Amino acid sequence: MTRYSVFSVLKGGLTGQKNWTRAWRDPEPKKSYEAIIIGGGGHGLATAFYLAKNHGMTDIAVIEKGYLGSGNVGRNTTIVRSNYMLYDNAHFYEKSMELWEQLSHELNYNVMFSQRGILNLGHSDAQMDGMARRGNAMRLNGIDAELLTREEALKYVPMADRSENARFPIYGGLMQPRGGTARHDAVAWGFARAANNLGVDLLQHCEALDFVVEDNKIKGVVTSRGTIMADKIGLAVAGSTTTLTDKLGLKMPIETHLLQAMVSEPLKPWFDGVVTFGAGHFYLSQSDKGGLVFGGDLDGYNSYAQRGNLPMVNHVAQSGVALVPAIGRVRLLRHWAGVMDMSMDGSPIISKTPIEGLYLNAGWCYGGFKATPGSGWCFAETIANDAPDWRNQGMTLDRFERGHIIDEKGAGPIPGAH
Amino acid sequence: MLVINCPWCGPRDMEEFTYVGDGTLKRPEIGSEETDQKAWYEYTYIRDNPRGPHLEVWHHAAGCRQHVRVKRDTLTHEIHGCWPASGEMADTTEGETK
Repeated sequence: MTRYSVFSVLKGGLTGQKNWTRAWRDPEPKKSYEAIIIGGGGHGLATAFYLAKNHGMTDIAVIEKGYLGSGNVGRNTTIVRSNYMLYDNAHFYEKSMELWEQLSHELNYNVMFSQRGILNLGHSDAQMDGMARRGNAMRLNGIDAELLTREEALKYVPMADRSENARFPIYGGLMQPRGGTARHDAVAWGFARAANNLGVDLLQHCEALDFVVEDNKIKGVVTSRGTIMADKIGLAVAGSTTTLTDKLGLKMPIETHLLQAMVSEPLKPWFDGVVTFGAGHFYLSQSDKGGLVFGGDLDGYNSYAQRGNLPMVNHVAQSGVALVPAIGRVRLLRHWAGVMDMSMDGSPIISKTPIEGLYLNAGWCYGGFKATPGSGWCFAETIANDAPDWRNQGMTLDRFERGHIIDEKGAGPIPGAH
Repeated sequence: MLVINCPWCGPRDMEEFTYVGDGTLKRPEIGSEETDQKAWYEYTYIRDNPRGPHLEVWHHAAGCRQHVRVKRDTLTHEIHGCWPASGEMADTTEGETK
């Protein structure tokens, strides 16, 4: 496979772009592998990459029902941050952030990671107190956080409503300067290509249908392209987790919900950061193509439809116009939806399961994209060592039964509220 | 857009309703032998999360304020029927609205 560099680009320019080869192979499934990852999205591909890179496990396959990156990794709003308060989340997401900072070099693929900062706005004294608390907790965990005054916040979001008439006046905000955005598809492609180069088989259009289990040990997976054996199987199919765990008789603390995202028509460069509204669920950034990328809350009811309803589009637009009145003049180009694994405490699960050799990576709610490298790193660690990394040892499947939930928002066991 | 046929008010826009959640959950009886930790754990955290017909509860918050049991397909969003949340339910396999 071609190694991408400035020289390969120049060579391509001088030779009619004939030097490029396939980014990854399209192999036939083998009869058995050392390990199989189900789910060829960001997390599954990252897991395969780190299994091969950190643990020398190259006899592995990633199986994917559709094409690589066809799920939420290609549907999200591309925001990367690690502004979490609780210990179990903070160190995990910070590890992910550290991996993001080196990811393009690590993968030899430009994931266009842009540390433009992310600002959460506060609209009341109480909210600012809460942000000071969160910011302090972050700094104690070694994560960058800055509490901004109203003037500083408005300097970062100059187009926000600063008038006397603002429905929710801006009091200030909490900034994570190292946060930002990345090109979501490139993350999937970069991990796929890098994993492929280390010898991982990427099997597309290969749907997991059932499992082979003997004496409570996982032995293989029945797929649409035949039965493939492996003593270690990792599930990274957020959104469809329960569809597969049902076949194993495992009950999950998960509901599947739909989340919409929207993009406007392309504009000239206008906003170079990421901002979230504190009085409603709304977040905004501008893509390199110029479109304003924004989104809001879940639609609120269980759904596998990958298709949203208009009341939420309306709600998001209202929140957006309340924060930045100027976007009322901008036309919506597209809106789409993805299915979210909403866990009961709003935090993910990277864990062993009651079935030996079966590992679970699930419950990403709507924060899965920023976790992609960290999730792959920790899941690979968990699979290779049959024991969690210290960063994901709190993210177990049995934490709900033990009462050790990781509820960042304190919203309780209501998946739609996280 | 979902239209929920409230048993008291008739067909109403989904925006009048608040989603409550899975309508098949049974709260363990207080004082009975079911009050062990496992029953409460399952009631609080474990969900069937079906990909297809789902029996769920909606609250007609901006209407009659009654709870409504709805059978809705989570894959197509089609609503198969609506019933009062309390009392006996009609045979949900029929999909007939009462």
